[in-house]
Amino acid sequence: MHPAFSVLFLTTLIGAGQGLFLALFTGQIFQQFKLMPEQHEPDFYVIGSAVSVALLLIGLFASFFHLGRPERAWRSAAQWRTSWLSREVIALPITMFAIAAYGAAHYFGLTHALFFTPGGTGIDATLLLGLFATIATYALFVCTGMIYGCIRFLQEWHTPLTVINFILLGTASGFTIATALSAWMGTELTHFYASWAIFFTLTAFVFRIASMIRNRKIKPKSDMNSAIGVRHSGVQQKAQGSMCGSFNTREYFHGKKATFVTTIKYIFIFLAFLTPLVLLIMSLGISSGESIFVVSLFAAIAQYLGLLAERWYFFADARHPQNLYYQQVS
Amino acid sequence: MVDKNPYDANPTGTFFNRVQTFEIGTYPKTETVHFPKSCLHCEEPPCVPVCPTGASYKREEDGIVLVDYDKCIGCKYCSWACPYGARELDEQQKVMKKCTLCVDRIYDESLPEEERKPACVMSCPTSARLFGDVHDEDSEVSIAIRENGGYQLMPEWGTKPANHYLPRRKTRIKIHEDELERVDNPLSKEERKRHNAPGEGPSLDDMTSW
Ligand code: SF4
Ligand code: SF4
Repeated sequence: MHPAFSVLFLTTLIGAGQGLFLALFTGQIFQQFKLMPEQHEPDFYVIGSAVSVALLLIGLFASFFHLGRPERAWRSAAQWRTSWLSREVIALPITMFAIAAYGAAHYFGLTHALFFTPGGTGIDATLLLGLFATIATYALFVCTGMIYGCIRFLQEWHTPLTVINFILLGTASGFTIATALSAWMGTELTHFYASWAIFFTLTAFVFRIASMIRNRKIKPKSDMNSAIGVRHSGVQQKAQGSMCGSFNTREYFHGKKATFVTTIKYIFIFLAFLTPLVLLIMSLGISSGESIFVVSLFAAIAQYLGLLAERWYFFADARHPQNLYYQQVS
Repeated sequence: MVDKNPYDANPTGTFFNRVQTFEIGTYPKTETVHFPKSCLHCEEPPCVPVCPTGASYKREEDGIVLVDYDKCIGCKYCSWACPYGARELDEQQKVMKKCTLCVDRIYDESLPEEERKPACVMSCPTSARLFGDVHDEDSEVSIAIRENGGYQLMPEWGTKPANHYLPRRKTRIKIHEDELERVDNPLSKEERKRHNAPGEGPSLDDMTSW
């Protein structure tokens, strides 16, 4: 498939935004349920939510460039019963509002307990809003992943690994950004986030490699014989119905050499996984100050660029059966 | 239907029906297959449920798959979900286009009844295309599919295209080598020489059977 930059930015940015929110909420939960010493950093949640919403907004903005008729985009919420794309269009603003509400609740200090759990933990408005936003975030992850995962003709995408990878890659990048953010604001949470970011980056790495191994073994279901219905091993295309390019040659081919695709693969393995892992492990050894911010910022930037490359590869890797009809002009 | 840069570099356009050419086998044992490709109006169209706006739809009454150009947002998602590459984005109107089965022609009552057919069927000089109801067992198309081995493209995906293709037709005769020359030809030169020996000439019984 042809990797469109609008979609690369959309999926990576909203993934990072969702991951960042999950990081914020994880931090809050750990503190509120006394799994680690409590700190009072409302600013961190407010700014974190703002960054998360900003990422989602830029992603949404990028997605408009993918549409031929963006002015009609509102119509795309209509078919949520059957279309994952439609479901994403609904889930995205809900997630955005939920995260914004979560940030606003922190901003207005809605942290007095509304009721108590039997264990004596106070449940406040931020926790409830955060819970709702978490559900919305996961719903959005599933919708985004399923847009690609549900198309059975693209066998490279038609696997639960697609959804799992969208969740893991988004979460990993979000936790890395949270590490950088918390280092910048000088909160005590930096090492906590760095450890989680290492965990998610490693897990995402394992699952991404798993999907690449799976895809290497794929046997295309369709071949020239079933495409034109002539049983012969030597079917060659001589004409495609026009001498020049068409939508079919532009949309479904990445148009790059195999070596370029392989290079991108190594770039994303290096930038999205190895570099941030090394930098994050380094950051664990730094107690505080400027340097931990610089290290974690580089980790976040490298990982984001790596994820852009990863998404490029994700598209380029998928072979559409329609390509059988567009092999050569000659 | 857009026709972009028709006389310039990189011309491009939207096609409802592309006639492609394939070569089968290696020279000198080759055959050329011309292969028209359009939307196949699948009975289980995977392109329809994925459309977020409902612009792509399959008509209840006749099964024709259409795009509502006023609703389409040009997200191209439906084209990913068609294994045949039948859908093409119109580069000027920025909406998805594909074969409509000439839905405007086939129901046009101002046309004489025999002309209420898709333009491609009407114009094919060799009548290679047939048009009719695949659900009516006695229609011309159903009979052709049944009797002449009509098949569907990429049946492995379960899309059940309504459009079928008929196998190429060839006239073949089978001749064995010994059929090229009669072994028992009494009129051959050799036979005549042999039979013309005195007393061994052919009698009427050799030439006819009573
Ligand atoms: S051929 Fe393609 S566009 Fe036409 S109905 Fe089937 S899946 Fe849809
Ligand atoms: S391009 Fe148009 S018809 Fe196709 S899925 Fe998008 S809105 Fe529907």
